[in-house]
Amino acid sequence: MAGHIVSIKLYALIFITLLVMTGVTTAVGYVDLGRWNIIIALAIAIFKASLVILFFMHMKYAGKLPRLVFASTLLWLAILITLTMSDVLTRSWDHPPQGWQSLSTSGQR
Amino acid sequence: MPEELAATAHQFEDLAQQHEADELGMWVFLGTEVMFFGGLFLGYTVYRHVYFGAFEAGSHLLDLLLGAVNTSVLIASSFTMALSVYAAQKGRKKTLITCLILTMILGSVFLGIKGVEYGQKFHHHLVPGYDFNPEGNFPAHMSLYFSFYFIMTGMHALHMIVGEGLLLVVLILAAKNRFTAAHHATVEVVGIYWHFVDIIWIFLFPLLYLIGGR
Repeated sequence: MAGHIVSIKLYALIFITLLVMTGVTTAVGYVDLGRWNIIIALAIAIFKASLVILFFMHMKYAGKLPRLVFASTLLWLAILITLTMSDVLTRSWDHPPQGWQSLSTSGQR
Repeated sequence: MPEELAATAHQFEDLAQQHEADELGMWVFLGTEVMFFGGLFLGYTVYRHVYFGAFEAGSHLLDLLLGAVNTSVLIASSFTMALSVYAAQKGRKKTLITCLILTMILGSVFLGIKGVEYGQKFHHHLVPGYDFNPEGNFPAHMSLYFSFYFIMTGMHALHMIVGEGLLLVVLILAAKNRFTAAHHATVEVVGIYWHFVDIIWIFLFPLLYLIGGR
């Protein structure tokens, strides 16, 4: 509920974890792991964002209504991404959109 | 509790209910913000999929160290913001004001480093639509990557500037003794907004700076 007070100790623990994960994701950025680079980077980002939402934004202690609003936000975002990517990923891109090609082959703009 | 009664607007049963309504309003607003940034992230993902090589080449022209430092600075500002809320809940005015000022300073440091990075992009002719003429060979669609880079980091920076303004308002209210241990919803709501802007950067950093290995 709105009145819950998170201890400074827990805040500090979350803060240190976030800093460590930033260091890890940066270090992994210097290594070429092929497709695993983006998977690891996004997994760490989702983990960091979850910590911020749960503890810094107090979602862990929130009432039903904020939880419902947050869950529906994620649902609409999932619809946006899933429907669009299901089109993009199943399409053959032998002929990428022409507009950008003609613009940038000149090396300008 | 005459003080609490005075702070409660007439449509609410009590201060706790008003407090929850305040927070709910911010979460609904952030829902619209997630959809706004979601559109940018999605557009980025589609073009990154189509022109992966160009996006990778563009990403490797960013300063990874500055990006990582900036991520840490922003996380630190989120920490001091969380401490501000803690101080408000405990009714400690001095700590609240100190933490709010620290948050604003860290936010300004972030914007300053971002400004340095933007300066480097202008110096190296990496600004699409204004001066895009990088040295040597570069993939044909790299300008598209930098368009996304400037729009996404630019919109994020704009949200940071708005956040700094909100923090200033909270700071002034705190100095005027407008918050008590029971009545401090404004601090919490601005805090939730500030953390949200931090989360956007938590995703921007890996997507823009960490494509492939260096």
